[in-house]
Order: sequence, then C-alpha cells, then structure tokens
Amino acid sequence: MSPALIAALPFLGALLPGILIRTGRSNTAFAAGLTSGLALLGLLLHLPAVMRGEVVQARFEWLPAIGLNANFMIDGLGMLFATLILGIGILIIIYARFYLTKADPAGQFYTYLLLFQGAMVGIVLSDNILLLLVFWELTSLSSFLLIGFWKHLPEGRQGARMALTVTGLGGLSMIAGMLILGNIAGSYDISVILTQKAAIQASPLYLPALILILGGAFTKSAQFPFHFWLPHAMAAPTPVSAYLHSATMVKAGLFLMARLWPVLSGTPEWFYIVATTGLITMLIGAKIALFKDDLKALLAFSTVSHLGLITFLLGLGTKTAAVAAVFHIINHATFKAALFMSAGIVDHETHTRDLKRLGGLRHLMPVTATIATIAALSMAGIPLFNGFLSKELMLEEAAHTVWAGAAWLVPLVAVIAALFSAAYSFRFIVHGFFGPVRDDYPHKPHDPNFGMWLSPAFLVVLVVLIGLMPMTFAGPVVQMAADAVVGGGLHMHPIKHWHGLTPALVMSMIATAGGIVLLLSFAPLKRMWEAAPRPEAKAIFDWIVARCACVASWITSGLHNGSMARYLMMFTLASIAVGVWAWSGGTQGPATREMLPITPVALVGWVMLITATGCVVAFHHNRFLALVLISIVGLIVSICFIYLSAPDLALTQISVEIVTAVLMLLALNFLPKTTKIESSRLKQGFDAVLSIAGGLGIGALIYALMVRDFAFETMSNYHLANSYKLGGGDNVVNVILVDFRGYDTYGEVTVLGIAALVIFALTEALLNGTASKKLIAWRPDMLRGGDKHPLMLLVATRVLLPIALLVGVFIFLRGHNLPGGGFIAGLVVAIALVMQYMASGFAWTQARQKVYYHVLIACGVLAAGITGAGAWFNGMPFLTSDFGYFKLPGLEKFELATAAGFDLGVFLGVVGSVLLALGGLSRLARRAAVLDEERGAHIVAEKPEAREVAAVSSVAYPEGTPLPRRWLKARGEEQ
Amino acid sequence: MEALVASAVGIMTAAGIYLILRLRTFPVVLGMAMLSYAVNIFLFATGRLAVNLPPILGHAGAETAGYTDPIPQALVLTAIVISFGMTAVVVMLSLGAFIEAGDDRIDLGPEEKK
Repeated sequence: MSPALIAALPFLGALLPGILIRTGRSNTAFAAGLTSGLALLGLLLHLPAVMRGEVVQARFEWLPAIGLNANFMIDGLGMLFATLILGIGILIIIYARFYLTKADPAGQFYTYLLLFQGAMVGIVLSDNILLLLVFWELTSLSSFLLIGFWKHLPEGRQGARMALTVTGLGGLSMIAGMLILGNIAGSYDISVILTQKAAIQASPLYLPALILILGGAFTKSAQFPFHFWLPHAMAAPTPVSAYLHSATMVKAGLFLMARLWPVLSGTPEWFYIVATTGLITMLIGAKIALFKDDLKALLAFSTVSHLGLITFLLGLGTKTAAVAAVFHIINHATFKAALFMSAGIVDHETHTRDLKRLGGLRHLMPVTATIATIAALSMAGIPLFNGFLSKELMLEEAAHTVWAGAAWLVPLVAVIAALFSAAYSFRFIVHGFFGPVRDDYPHKPHDPNFGMWLSPAFLVVLVVLIGLMPMTFAGPVVQMAADAVVGGGLHMHPIKHWHGLTPALVMSMIATAGGIVLLLSFAPLKRMWEAAPRPEAKAIFDWIVARCACVASWITSGLHNGSMARYLMMFTLASIAVGVWAWSGGTQGPATREMLPITPVALVGWVMLITATGCVVAFHHNRFLALVLISIVGLIVSICFIYLSAPDLALTQISVEIVTAVLMLLALNFLPKTTKIESSRLKQGFDAVLSIAGGLGIGALIYALMVRDFAFETMSNYHLANSYKLGGGDNVVNVILVDFRGYDTYGEVTVLGIAALVIFALTEALLNGTASKKLIAWRPDMLRGGDKHPLMLLVATRVLLPIALLVGVFIFLRGHNLPGGGFIAGLVVAIALVMQYMASGFAWTQARQKVYYHVLIACGVLAAGITGAGAWFNGMPFLTSDFGYFKLPGLEKFELATAAGFDLGVFLGVVGSVLLALGGLSRLARRAAVLDEERGAHIVAEKPEAREVAAVSSVAYPEGTPLPRRWLKARGEEQ
Repeated sequence: MEALVASAVGIMTAAGIYLILRLRTFPVVLGMAMLSYAVNIFLFATGRLAVNLPPILGHAGAETAGYTDPIPQALVLTAIVISFGMTAVVVMLSLGAFIEAGDDRIDLGPEEKK
C-alpha cells in the first residue's frame, strides 16, 4: 500500500462514524478499528523491505514552486512510530467503545480520533518538512477537539485551550525554524536535508534554526518550562489521555528530534540545550508526580518525566544513547498506555481517581490490579520488565556524561529522578491497590467486562515479553528504528539483563531502595510539599492570557465601537487618501483617444440622470419619493447601456430595476416612511465634502481612462475572434458568460442562490422567533388601498402570463446569438410570476405553483454543474463546451450547444433566487397584514403559542387610526 | 460624450457616498444602490465607449464596422444580477433589525455597545 494512502486512510475513515453512529456505537467502533487496521496492514506489508534497510517512497507534486510536495516515505523510524500510532490506536478504539457512556457522542469521538490518527501518521511518514508542518498543525487542532471532548466541563475546555495555545505557538516557532533549515539545505525534502549535515552545522543560522525547531518539539513533548499544559490536558476522557500521552501527540516532538538527529545533533549547542532540558524535565516531572493524588495527574507528570528522559538521551548525541532512546520510546508507549487505561478503569468503576480515597482494590478488581501492578513495576524500572532494561541503558549513558566539566552532576540528577520515579510507581500500586478494602468508595467497584481490560492486558503481555526476551521481541525493531535515527551504519549491542556489577546497576539499586524509603516516609514528605510555596503554572498562564485579551479588546473596542457610519466614513476617507497618494506618485500619458460627439439625446438623458440623482439626495427623507427617483436613475442607466452598444446590459438592468423596486416596496411596507434628520449641520457638511471628494476622484479616474487607448492589447480581441469559432455563438457577451468564463458565472449563480437561501433563513427566523409576535401585533401606518386585488390588474396579468413566459423562452433561446440569455430570461420569467403574486395575492399564487423555489435553485446549480461535468466524459476539463449543427425533417438546420444546458442552469437559478427572495418578504407582510378574523384562523393553524398574542392584538385599534375600509366592513363598524 | 459619462459616474458616486453615511438603514440601502449604478457604469466604461457597435457578430447578415469591448459587459451583467442579490440580503437584514429592535438605526446605541 502506498505510504500516501496509509496516511490518507484514517482521514477517509473519519467520515464513517458520522454515518454509522445511527446504527450504534459498536458498528462505529468497528468501522474506526477497521480503518486503522487496514492502514496498519498496509504499513506492515512494507515491514520486510524496511527491515532490510530500504526506504519506501511515494511522491506527488503539490506546489513545487515553493518546495511543498506531498512526498511520503517509510523508513525504520517512521515504521516504528506509525506502527505504535496505528496499533495503540486500535487498542484505544476498542477500549473507548466500552469506556464511553451512552450520553457521550461516540460518533464525534471516533471522528476526532481518526482525524488525529491521520495527522500523526502524516507527521511520521512525511518526507517533506512543509508537509510535515501541515500535519503538525493538524495534530494541534485535532487534539484540541479531543482534549475538549467533554465540552460541558470547564476544565476540559480550559485544558484544550491551553494545549492548543502552547503547542500552537510552538508550531509557529517550528515553521520559522524549518524554513531556515530548508533554506540552508536547499530543499524541503527530509531525505535531502538529512544529507546536508556539514552545511547545516557550519551555517551561522544553525543556532537560530535549532532553537526555533526545538521550540516546536519541546512544547509538543511537554519539556520544561512548557510542561504545564500536559497535566491540564488530563481533563479529556481517559482513552484520549492514553492515546495522546503514551504513544502519539507528546511523542511527536521526540519524533522530530529523532528525525533531524543526523543533521542537528553532535554539537555542543545541541547537547547543552537538549540534554539539559531533558534532564531538568525528568527530575521535575518525577518529583511533582510523587505528590499528586489524582491517578491521571500522577501519570501525566510521570509522562513529562519520561519524555524528559528520552529527550535527555537524544540530546547526548551518541549512537548508544539513540538506541536507548528508541527502546524507551517503545517501552514507555506500552506500559504508559496500559497504566492510563487502568486508571480509566478504576475511575470508571469507583467514580474517583483520588489516591486518598482508593486502596485495597486488588481484592475487588484482581484483573485490573494485576495489569496495573505489572505496568507500574515496569515504569519503576524493576527487573524482568521492559522498563528496567531501557532505564538501565539510560543510567549507563548518564554515568559517562560529563556536564561542563562536572562528572558527578548528570549521574546524580539521573539517580534522583529515577528514585522519584520508583517512588511514585510504588505509590501508584500501594496506595491504589494494596492495603485493606475500604467501605467508602463512591461506587462499589468490580472488574469491568472483557472489552475494557483487553487492550491494557495486551500491552502488559508485551511489557513482560519484551522484558524477558528483549532481543527476540524488540531487538530487530529497535535496530531498524535506531539505524534510521543515526543515519545508517549502526551496529547495536545486544540488550541484556546482566552486564555485571556496572555503575548503572548500582544506581538502579540505589533508586529502587530510595523509592521504597520515600514511600515509607510519604506522609511527612507530603506535609512538607504542601507547606512549601510553588509556582502555579495555570495561574501564570491565565494571567498572561487575560492581559493579552485585555490589550486585544482595548484595540478592538477602539476600532470597532459599533458605529457603522464611522466605519463607512473611515473606509471612504482611506480610499480617497490612497487614491490621492497613488495619483500623486504617478505620471499620466497624453490623451490619445478621440471623443464621441455629444448628441442631444445623450444630453437630455444626462440632465435627467443628474436631476434625479440630486433629487434622491435632497429628498431622501421622504422614502417613497426617493424610491421613485432612484428608479428613474436606474431607467436612464439602462437607456445609457443601450445607447452605448450594450443591449444585454440594458435588458438585464431594466429587469433588475423592476424586481428591485418591488423588493424595496415590500420592505417599505414595514419600515418608517420618512427618515428623521439626525445629523448635525457640521456632520452633513463634512459628509458632503467627503462625498464630493470621492465623486471627483472616481469621475476623474474614469475620464482619464476613457480619453486614452488601451495600454495593452485587450483579450477581447481573442473573444471576438473565437466566439463563433470555439463557442458557436454570435452574441459575444453571452458566449463569454456561458463558455469562456463559465466558471465565474457558475460561481455567481451559486452566490445568488446562497443569497436567496440566506433571505429565506432570515425570514424563517423572523417568522418563528420573537419577532413573530411583533409582526402579528404590527399594524399598518399608511392607509391601505380599498381593493386588494383589482379586477383589471388580475385579469390582465393572468392573460399576460403565457405571453410573458413565451417571451422568456424566446429570449432564452436566442441568447446565444442575439441579446438575451439565461440571466435576462430568468429575470423576465421572474417578473411574470411576481406580477401574479402582486395581482392575485400571495396565497392564491403560492397554492398554484407546484415547485419549491429552493428546488429550482438547486436544479439550476446542478444543471450548470452537470453540463460542466459532462465535458469530463469527453476527456476535456470542467465546463469545456461543445456544439454542433443538426437537421430535423421539417425544420431548418439548427444549432445545439452544451452551453445551452449551462445557460438553463443560470436561468433556473435566477428564477428561483429572485422569487425566493421576494417570497420571503411577502410572507412577512402576510403574517402582519391579515384581517383579524383571518388572523385568528391563521394563527391557530400555524403556531399554538401565538394564540395568546392574537387575543391581545385583536383588541380594537386606538381611535383615529386610519384603517382600511374592508377591515372596518369586516368588523361591522362601517356606517 | 466621455465627459458626460464621467461626470455622471462622479455625481452618482458622490450621492452614493453621502447616502451611505446617513444614520438609518433605508438611505444606506439607497446609497448602496446608487454606488452599484456608478460602479457598474465605471466598469462598463473601462471598455471605452462606442455607439452602435454591439458585440453581436455579423453572421446573421448585418455587417458592422467593428465591435465594442465585450468583456466589461459580461462582467457588469453578472454584477447587476449579483447586486440585486446583495440589495435583497441587506434589505432583509435591515427589515429584520427593524422588526426585532424597533428602530432602523445603523449604529449601536450606547447601551448596546458594551
């Protein structure tokens, strides 16, 4: 299976839970497990080749211009990590099936888990650091979803935020570092970078790149001082903690250090930064872990400590240390995942994770106790378990490490850390499972069912097997991965239990004995711990976040004060300023174009346009008048189009003008009919100056443009020359719309449809929300016409309808060769239908139309899309059109073009959108403007809770309100 | 002719800007309609002006001396339709705000800002 497919499988599988969750949690878990299993199978098929030292690759060009390519590779290191991620992933999926309760949204859980899994597999299989960065950020995002999975818990949300902030910031730093690294190496492919050790370490940018990359690795792997996010991420469900903090997310930082080990390690900078950080983290993590009462917090700090251990080993920069690091990565993944799952079982069964309230569980939960004890002994580094072997290797390395001339420092710190590590492991066992059975557990515990302990049991078996026979069960894998880490040519010494009485063994014995002593004197130590002051990372973090939020909101509220008039003013001012700046910076060439003569007709039109525009401004307080005046402007604009050789535009403009006028009238039905003068004289004056400046600027700009010829040859010449040849149409504008630039048009029809759906949604919100009561109680503020549906209009529109529809069809059909086409035909048909609504009323018309306008919009977009996709079957790109001439008996030769199908889509989309938009407004008006009696019936039919409102609203209007005569007649008040 | 078109575009822009700076929704909607006209003619005029030269090729018979630039026309055609969609959404929003809030101011009141 291609490495790319292995990385893609979990992402594809993430779609399944959403579909399958309706069939039950088991099916969902099964599908998720199957996806991971398939990916694992595909991966393991490459195992023999990778074991032989080959590298499996898959390369796809994505954005070669910037060096971002989807290059994947499986080498020893990637193989090890991907196996851990997918293998433990399957165990977690099984465990989570039984851990999550019915109330938890399991579908979401598995989707997030698979997304995370895919991102992790992507990291470890990437052969391009930019691609790796993409997956790196995806792990931050998907782990945010997982950590915050229990959205109702504040700790969950805060923990998720903290994890995202810390790892996200680290990711940013890493992006910078990776770009520097790629720049030095001359390629972003990891396989190339790994060959450039000399160049990278000699570069003056080596240290900045190193620090920036380590910023990413340290935050992800929770190294001191960034370790604080990890314990807070424990608010997640236990399966998440077990997955993220044993095998995957926190190991990503280690993976990165191991991946870049051949080129970055071996320098003093690397040693002092990485090894020291690792050592400090190992010590601090172990110390804090001992005093944590929460099982998961204890394990979290222990994870921090063990990550520090591995970082320390990688930081040493020797090949034997790299072997130890790889071995401990495997061991830690096995025992820590088992421990997390055991802690989850304890929590699940007793409803507490507090060590002070636990104890004696080995009698009640023997299976869980056995699993947890074995895993914890391994963590403590007790012989015969795998943790012992890798800890021994670590101590051996530490014993030979000299730090700044001090030979005693590193061994001492390592022993103390190991001592604490042994102590908290013993505490986990003794305080949790030993001692007398208590009678005050929050919930009577017993061993869970098979499905829940299967996964940890499997891991514990591995712990024992690797512990007993390391070279059989782990040796080849360690050899394979460590060989990849050090860049090949590794001859690994066999991992053995007995090396003689080495310093490491002595240190190990001191650590174990000291751990027992610490546990025996735990109570007084704990009191000292409680009494000692210590910095609380969360408080500091919260303080910093609060300060940042404070500054941000200060800036935001300064800029965004809720005054839209001010934003628009700023925008206009800025536009004018930019225009002035641009104008003053350039030079203008001579006017080269001959002017068209001013004809009397044009002059008359101009005078009418200017007068109407001036009147709109002068009389805009009278809204109805302003509406009439602006329609005049629109009309002249249409005439201007037809005068200036744009018949298609003229047709479109005049039809849009009509529907816009209807739309505005419907809105004005509700809105106040006058605008109060609220601006001061000063503001009016300022606005006038601003608008005149803007108008002068735009006018001057277009004049300057029009008196000059095109600076370059326009691409219109191509369209004019090829419209008939390639598009089969004489109307170049239409051919451009449906053929040359069909993609644009497709987008525009979709946008129009979305706009109509937005209007529909707004209408629904108004009709069903609190506004509904206001609408019902609304009463008209103008005198209504006496006859709602005048007979003449009614008859005329009904007679006109077939003719109007025929005109629409005609305009549609001729559009390819003569002015017309889908847009205009759609508008014409929409107007014909709107006229029916106006003349016969909304209810009458609505009852007679059988197709929902939503469906019409959908059909339109679909028709356009299908026509476009049809080109694929011809082996051409999307939206390539074709046409031909046909002859039918009895008819002249005629043309058929696929563009007509596309234009049909445009037509349907326009009709649906216009009518859906106007229909929305009409429904509002209808809710508000029915007779009292009708209103009663209407309300009963629509919404039960509106009945009480209806009772209020049917109270008589105050005296003197001008009411329609028909209303009065219906009430019997008319004399 | 160019001077007429340029001055008309300028004056419509000025009217549009003045209207969008008002404090109630309806004038702002009118102003945006005004700006749409101005912008559409502006775009159209970037193809330069021509009389009696529509971009309809002459295969049907009538020969012409040339054609005006069709691309700005195609752009403006969709712009006109889209601006209807935009106007409709804005009108609907202002109507909803008026029905919910009881007034048609475009600015938040002092008590709503916090």
